[in-house]
Order: sequence, then C-alpha cells, then structure tokens
Amino acid sequence: MSVLVNKNTRLLVQGYTGAQGTFHATQSINYGTTVVGGVTPGKGGTKHLDRPVFNTVADCVKETGANASVIFVPPPFAADSIMEAADAGVALIVCITEGIPVRDMIAVKQFLKDKNVRLIGPNCPGIITPNECRIGIMPGHIFKPGNIGVVSRSGTLTYEAVGQLSALGIGQSTCIGIGGDPIIGTTHLDAIQLLNADPDTHAIIMVGEIGGNNEEIAAAWIKDNVTKPVIGFIAGQTAPEGRRMGHAGAIVAGGSGKAEDKMAAMTAAGITVCATPAEIGQKVKERLGL
Amino acid sequence: MKIHEYQGKAILARYGVPVPKGKVAFTVEEAEAAARELGGFVVVKAQIHAGGRGKGGGVKVVKTVEDAVAAAQKILGMQLVTHQTGPQGQKVGRLLVEEALPIEKELYLGITLDRASGKNVFMASSEGGMEIEEVAHHTPEKILKEVIEPGIGLSGYQARKLAFGIGIPAASVNAAAKAMIALAKAYDEIDCSLAEINPFILLKDGRVMALDAKINIDDNAMFRHPEFAELRDLAEEDPLEVEASKFSLNYIKLDGNIACMVNGAGLAMATMDIVKYAGGEPANFLDVGGGANEEQIKNAFRILLSDAAVKAVFINIFGGILRCDILATGVVNAARELGISVPIVIRMEGTNVAEGKKILAESGFNFGVADGMKDGAEQVVRAAQ
Repeated sequence: MSVLVNKNTRLLVQGYTGAQGTFHATQSINYGTTVVGGVTPGKGGTKHLDRPVFNTVADCVKETGANASVIFVPPPFAADSIMEAADAGVALIVCITEGIPVRDMIAVKQFLKDKNVRLIGPNCPGIITPNECRIGIMPGHIFKPGNIGVVSRSGTLTYEAVGQLSALGIGQSTCIGIGGDPIIGTTHLDAIQLLNADPDTHAIIMVGEIGGNNEEIAAAWIKDNVTKPVIGFIAGQTAPEGRRMGHAGAIVAGGSGKAEDKMAAMTAAGITVCATPAEIGQKVKERLGL
Repeated sequence: MKIHEYQGKAILARYGVPVPKGKVAFTVEEAEAAARELGGFVVVKAQIHAGGRGKGGGVKVVKTVEDAVAAAQKILGMQLVTHQTGPQGQKVGRLLVEEALPIEKELYLGITLDRASGKNVFMASSEGGMEIEEVAHHTPEKILKEVIEPGIGLSGYQARKLAFGIGIPAASVNAAAKAMIALAKAYDEIDCSLAEINPFILLKDGRVMALDAKINIDDNAMFRHPEFAELRDLAEEDPLEVEASKFSLNYIKLDGNIACMVNGAGLAMATMDIVKYAGGEPANFLDVGGGANEEQIKNAFRILLSDAAVKAVFINIFGGILRCDILATGVVNAARELGISVPIVIRMEGTNVAEGKKILAESGFNFGVADGMKDGAEQVVRAAQ
C-alpha cells in the first residue's frame, strides 16, 4: 500500500502545454503514471502528448475523471490554478511552482478551508509511490518500492535520502515533498499522520530545515502517537540568522526557526536525528534491525 | 527585499500612518538644507538596513543647523557597526533628517506571518524601543496579538483592544487605532513580509507617530510592484550576491574558506552543515537550482572563485533532472576558461553519474572525486588546510 497516490490515480496537468508541463508530464507517463490530459486555457479541444487538452479544470475532470492535478503554472497565476483545481473538486492538488507571493497563499489557504481537497506544496518536488505513480519533478529511477515513508521540505535532500535507501536495498512506500514555502498545504504533521496510518509503511524519514516550527509540531505528535521508527534530519544548522537560504520559508527570524530547536524537539520525541544527511540510510537500516 | 527607513515611512505615510516631517539627504549640503527647513531641532539618522543604529552612533539629536551639519559630516560615509552588521559594519550613504519630537511614551507595533494558521498577526507592545525578541523572551505577556483575517483586515475593535492594551490614553486611542489599521492595510497591499514600527510613539501633545519603520517586501511579489524596484539599494548588498542575482543564482556569502556549489536549497544548506561537521567553514550558500545549464554553472564557478577567502571548492550534486554529465561538462569548461587556482572536490550522484565521472577523469584536471557527501566534505576540508 501507499498514501495519497497509487496506480488508480488519474492525473491531470495544469500548464500542460508549457515547457515544464510537457517535460514532466512526459516523464510521468514514461514512469507509468496514468496521465489523463491537461489544461491550458485557450488550447481546449487540441491534443498534446496524445492526450486531450481542456480550457478549464472543470471540463477536464468531467471528461476524464481526473482525481489529482499537478500545477506547472508561473507564479503570478499559480494561486488561481490551485483554486480552480479545488473548485473542480480535484481531491489531490500538487503545486510545483516556486515563487508564489505569500499574500496569494494566504488567500488560497482560506479558500481551501471548507473544501475536501488536499494541497501538496507549493514550491515542492511532488509525490511518488514507486512503480505506481509519479507526480511532480522527482527523478523516478532512483526510487524503489518498499516500506519506508519519506516526508521532506527539500527536493534534493529527498533524493539524497532515497538514493541511500535504494543503494542499501531498502524501498519506499510513498515519498512526499511538502515544499519550502512559508505557507504550504500539507505539513510535516499531515504527512506523518498519513504515513503512520499506512500499514505498509514500516518506518518514516522526516527531513526538515530551518524556519517556522512545523517540525516541532510534528515531533510533539510523534511523541504521543507514533510507534514506527522515525529517522530525521534538519538542514541549515550553520545558516546565518535573518537570511533566506534559497527556500522562501528557510529563514531563522527573531530567534525562531533554528535547527537546534527542531533537533532538540525531535530527539525528545524519540526520533533518531542524524547529524548529517550522509547517515540517513544507515540509521534507517539500524532502526529496522536489518 | 529590505528597504530604508525613509522609504518605508514614505510608503506608510501614503496609507495614513502618521510619520515625522523629514527629508532624505545624500550629502552634507542636503542635510543642512533639510535641517534648516525643519527649524534646526532635528534628528540625523543613518540610513542602513541593519538595526541598532542608535547604539552604534548612527543617530544624533541636535538643536541647531550647525550641529546638524557636524552630525551629518560625522555619520555620512562612516562604517556603522551594529549588532546586525557584523564587525566590518555598513557604510552610511544616506541620512534621514527629521523633526525632533517631544516623546511621552515609546511603544511597539509589528506584523508578521503565522505560518501554522496561514494568517498575518498584528503585534503591539508597551515595551517600545527595545529589541522585540528580548521582550518576547523575558516578558511575553507584554506582547499583545490580534489575528488579521484575510479579506477583512485589522478590524476597528481589534485595533482599539491593542491600543488600550498597550496603555495608550483614551484621548489618543482613535488616532492609534487608525494608524494600526493603516499599517495593516499597507502590509497587505504592498506585499510585506515584515513590518515593524519600533518605536511607535505617543507625543506629549497626544499625537501618535511612527518614529521608525522597518519594512521588508516579499521578493516573490515584486512582479506586482515594479515601482519598488528602484527602492533596492545595491550598496547594502554584498557585491558577489548582486552579481549572482543577475544569473538567477541563489548565493549567500558567508565567512568561511570552503566554497560550496550545490543543486537544491535543502542540499545546499546540508552541504554547509556537513563541511562544518568535518571541521571546515563554508564560504557561501549556493543553490544552482534543479535545471542549471552550462552557462549558469560557469558563472557560479566564477563568482565562487572571486571570493578571495576561498581555499577550496566543494561541488555536491544529486543529479535528478540536472544530469551529472552536463554538470561535469560545465565544470570542466569553466575550469578551462577561468583557470583554477584552488583544489576542487566533486561529489556527484544520480542521473548519468558514470558518464559524469568519466568526463571529470578524462579532463586532465586533478579534481578530487568523492565517494558520498561525508567523504567529499572531509576531502575538501583537508584540501583547504
């Protein structure tokens, strides 16, 4: 089993005919994901990558039965695209776009509040259930089916952890890149609750970074609710205060969001906290007694 | 993007936040003219982005035009050192000359994002003029908070609650509430990522005013505010960071001697961490991005190598979309074109790693090729010694 996405996921692509949309839709199709079509306003009625293009998400959902959407739309229009997908009732919305203004995401968060949809991202690499469904921009070939759930704010650190696991012969159930922005749809806590409830996920890797306190919130819940092994890492231990480290959300400000506070909270919750990302795979192996 | 106090005040004034009368001065002559116009009893304030200017000697209250000129001569051009500038300080290129005002009470107003709720929060405190982090640490009960409801803004009742709560006398509460609502509106409309008025002052005559203004604008929202582009002060930024920004490279200069070139913000941070863990000091944060091309890699290399402190370079790439062979070609070409004077350690993993390693091995350069991140960090730390 897995969480959120599997071989029954029917994916639509917003920003389908753009360069990023085309490239990554192709990668997902080659990976075996069921991509049912896409949306580019004004190009409805045409075909792209052998699949239908629609003017609106609502049309696409009606015609194709899509139940997930991935968004490759430029930052000024991405918030609108998320709301369009939510309004069309798409159950899982994955927004890859980096650079959406915080003000727009405040509006999106309000908009989503009373709708039964889940947003992953924005500014995230997506989500993958190995050999079943790839949504986003992750390099599919490094993943291997198995029983480790991964949740991470960073794309390349996800690949780093997964690369180590796969090299050790340890596969993954589902890997969720939750994104590096200050306001995101699915938090560490949300992802960990899902992975904890999945019987085929036997251990969880939680990768965080400086900024905000979502890792602390997740750690508090893990302490009381999770018996599966959790292995963690926090990036940005040497980052200077007051500087944004690449991700819009990766900033230590006013003394909050520090790596050391997150690591202390995670350690207190019984999480195995790795000093460097180089040891994530090995620690998983040890915790599982492999 | 950070902007100067005088720029922030000008924006806030447009929204109806009362600010003192004042003028920006780039020269002593301009400062003199401003002081004369304002009647001589003025405050001369250094305009740099860092806080703590008063303690560093960057703010002077003077009674006459002559004293204002003396203060301007002293402050303009000085290397102002504050707790936020680092020991090298920041050169002062602009002054704000402002009317001096009889202060009754110093208060604090601020707005920031609460990530968990996804809403902005308005904060007010009776403890103005101090570092708000200190207040939050020692006397958190002295910081009052109201959630700003998206689409509604700060409501009148919330503003009055805050104003009464921080001890503003009844006669001034309406003016203070009006200023707070105006600040919240400005914050929303100009896409702030931080706004702080510290101190927000109550005058002897009962008026209220923003005596300082720290405004940061969300970089991601700059496309909505093309008029703000001119508010950027390049003199406040590190020259290498300015150069890197021209090539869409995410570069932050640090104090160490091991340059890092990485793809992805998370891995870039983790690379700095592992360099430190191996006993070295990172010279920078650099995320070349997931889809870096050869040109970007070359420019990244050039920028890294122009930092005189750099003794070795650590290239750490997990090739996902960015293929290792493309990276290797970029590095080899850059090394050929720029000439390399320091040891380079490369750790590559992921897509086309074998081809990438072959290109490096056949390049004729003596790159250190690492087996894993930890080995790479250890190698580069040794190389830098």
